[in-house]
Amino acid sequence: MKTLVIAEHDNTELKSATLHAIGAAIKIGGDIDILVAGSNCDIVAQAAAQISGINKVIKADAPPLEHQLAEDIAPIIVDLASNYTHILSAATTFGKNTLPRAAALLDTQQISDIISVESADTFKRPVYAGNAIATVKSSDSIKLITVRTTTFDAADAAGGSASVEDYSAPASSELSKFIKHELSTSERPELTSAKIVVSGGRGVGSEENFAIIEKLADKLGAAIGASRAAVDAGYVPNDYQVGQTGKIVAPDLYIAIGISGAIQHLAGMKDSKVIVAINKDEDAPIFGVADYGLVADLFDAVPELEGKI
Amino acid sequence: MKILVPIKRVVDYNVKIRVKSDNSGIDIANVKMSINPFDEIAIEEAVRLKEAGKASEIIAVTIGPEKSQEQIRTAMAIGADRGILVKTNAPIDLGGVEPLAVAKTLKAIADKENPDLIIMGKQSIDDDSNQTGQMLAALLGWAQGTFASELEINDGSLQVTREIDGGLETLELKTPAIITTDLRLNDPRYAKLPDIMKAKKKPLEIIEPSDLGVDYTPRLEIVSVNEPPTRSAGIKVESVDALIDTLKNEAKVI
Ligand SMILES: Cc1cc2nc3c(=O)[nH]c(=O)nc-3n(C[C@H](O)[C@H](O)[C@H](O)COP(=O)(O)OP(=O)(O)OC[C@H]3O[C@@H](n4cnc5c(N)ncnc54)[C@H](O)[C@@H]3O)c2cc1C
Repeated sequence: MKTLVIAEHDNTELKSATLHAIGAAIKIGGDIDILVAGSNCDIVAQAAAQISGINKVIKADAPPLEHQLAEDIAPIIVDLASNYTHILSAATTFGKNTLPRAAALLDTQQISDIISVESADTFKRPVYAGNAIATVKSSDSIKLITVRTTTFDAADAAGGSASVEDYSAPASSELSKFIKHELSTSERPELTSAKIVVSGGRGVGSEENFAIIEKLADKLGAAIGASRAAVDAGYVPNDYQVGQTGKIVAPDLYIAIGISGAIQHLAGMKDSKVIVAINKDEDAPIFGVADYGLVADLFDAVPELEGKI
Repeated sequence: MKILVPIKRVVDYNVKIRVKSDNSGIDIANVKMSINPFDEIAIEEAVRLKEAGKASEIIAVTIGPEKSQEQIRTAMAIGADRGILVKTNAPIDLGGVEPLAVAKTLKAIADKENPDLIIMGKQSIDDDSNQTGQMLAALLGWAQGTFASELEINDGSLQVTREIDGGLETLELKTPAIITTDLRLNDPRYAKLPDIMKAKKKPLEIIEPSDLGVDYTPRLEIVSVNEPPTRSAGIKVESVDALIDTLKNEAKVI
C-alpha cells in the first residue's frame, strides 16, 4: 500500500486540511508521500517534510502552478499515479475541483468525502445530505479519494524528516488563467477547524445585525458560520456557509442563532459535540438536534449572552 | 453559441428520505422527484445567455429512467430548445450509473453536438459526489470553472467567479469550457403555464447508452446503506443564565 496525499497550501502555508487527509492515509496504512505543487513553495515542502510518518515529499515548483489550477495540477497527479495504490486529498474546494479531473484521466471512479476507512478498498461516505451513509467498495486499481476533514484526526505536524524530491512539471495547459482573488480576511479561527462556531441565519435579519453574532463569536474566540439563507441575503460572504453544499464543521460547540434547521444545514453541523440553538420558534427543527435549546428572541438573548459569558 | 446543459432527476430536496429495510439503497418509490436544484440554476444561466443574445441554442440532456422526460420538459419550460434522454434502467443515485460513466456519456454527446459551453450543477443532491463536471472537462480536455457564482461572456472571452473556501476566485477560461454552478449564480424562474405547454412540443430524442458505446458497469459496489447515527433532542433551557450555567458546568465547553 502506498498513498499520495495532495497538499493544500497557498505557497507559504500548508493548510491544516492536509493533516486530516494524512490522518485518513494513516488509517489506510503503508507508505505516505505528499505532493506539494505550487510556485515558490519550498517553505511548504519543508513544512510537509516535518509531518510525522511521511516517507517523501514531491515538490513541483514552477511559476504556472502558482494558483494551482486544476487543469495543471491534474496531469501531475496522473503522471505520478502509477506509483500509488491510493491518492487522497481533503474534500475542500481545492480537492473537489482537482481530484475528479485526475480521476477521469486515470479512468477511475473517485470516492468523494469519505468519513471512515473500513479497509484498503472499502469506505463510508454520507449521501443524501448525510441522511444516509453508504459503505462502498472500490474495484479500481488506484483509488482516488477525497476526505471529510472533520472525521479524521490530524497527523502530527512535527517529528518527521522526510526527503524532498523535485519534480519538473510539464508546461501549463494554458486552458485557464487566474485573474483575481477576493479572499475573506479575518482574525478569527478558521471555520472548519475552530473549537467553537457561532452561526447566524435568516433570523438575524441584516448585514448590520450580524454585528451581534460577531461580538459573541469574538467573546468566545469562535469562528462565524451562517446558513445559506443568510449568505444568499448578503449578510455574510459565501465562504461562511455551513451545510450540505457549503462547509462541514464539527466543533466542540456550535451555536445556531436564528437558523431553522433545514436538512441541508444540519448536514454541515450535526456532528458537532455540543449544539446550542437560539430561536424564537419553539417548533423549529433545529431544536430536534440541539443539546440545549433556548426559545427566545435573538436580539434579546444574544447580547445578554455575550454580556454575561 | 450552443450550450449543452446536463441535468438529473433526483429526489426533491424537501423530501425526508428513507433507507430501504434491506439496506441496499434509498426507497425512492412514490417519492416526489425533481430536477436537481443546481441543474435548474444551470438551465436558468443558459437561458439568460440566450435572452442576452449570447447563445443560440440550448440542449438539455439527461441520463436516467424513462420518467426523466419530466425533468427534460421542466428544463424546456424554463427555456431549453430541445432535449436528449439517454435511457437506462440502472439506478442513477447509488450503485448504478456513476459520475465517471455519466461524464463518458456526456463526452460522447458533446462530441456529436459540438457545444461551445457546457453548464451543469456542481453536485447532485442524492449521491453528493461533486465530480461529473470536472471529469467531463478532463475527458474533453477543456477548461473548467467549478462552483460558479458569476459568469461573464464577452466577445469570446469567458470569465468565471468561483466560490472557494477562502472567498472568491476569478478565472478566465479558454472556450469551449465547462461551468459548474453554485447556489449564488442566479435565482431560477418559475416556468409559466404557456411555457409548460410549449415545452410539450419541443423535440426530445431518446437514445440508449449502447448507441454511445458507454458501459454502465459500476466501479463502486454498494456494500450497504445505513441510517446515520441519530442525534436525540436535548433539553430546553429557560434563560440565558441557565444556558451559561449548563455550558460551563455540565457540557464544560466554555
Ligand atoms: C440545493 C440546495 C442546497 C442547500 N445547501 C444549503 C447549505 O449548504 N447550507 C444551508 O444552511 N442551507 C442550504 N440550503 C437551504 C436550506 O434548505 C434552507 O433554506 C436554509 O438553511 C434556511 O436558512 P435559515 O435557517 O437561516 O432560514 P429560515 O429557514 O428562514 O429560518 C430562520 C429562522 O430564524 C428564526 N428567527 C427569525 N427571527 C428571529 C428572532 N428575532 N429571534 C430568534 N429566532 C428568529 C425563525 O424562527 C426561523 O426558524 C440548500 C438548499 C438547496 C435547495
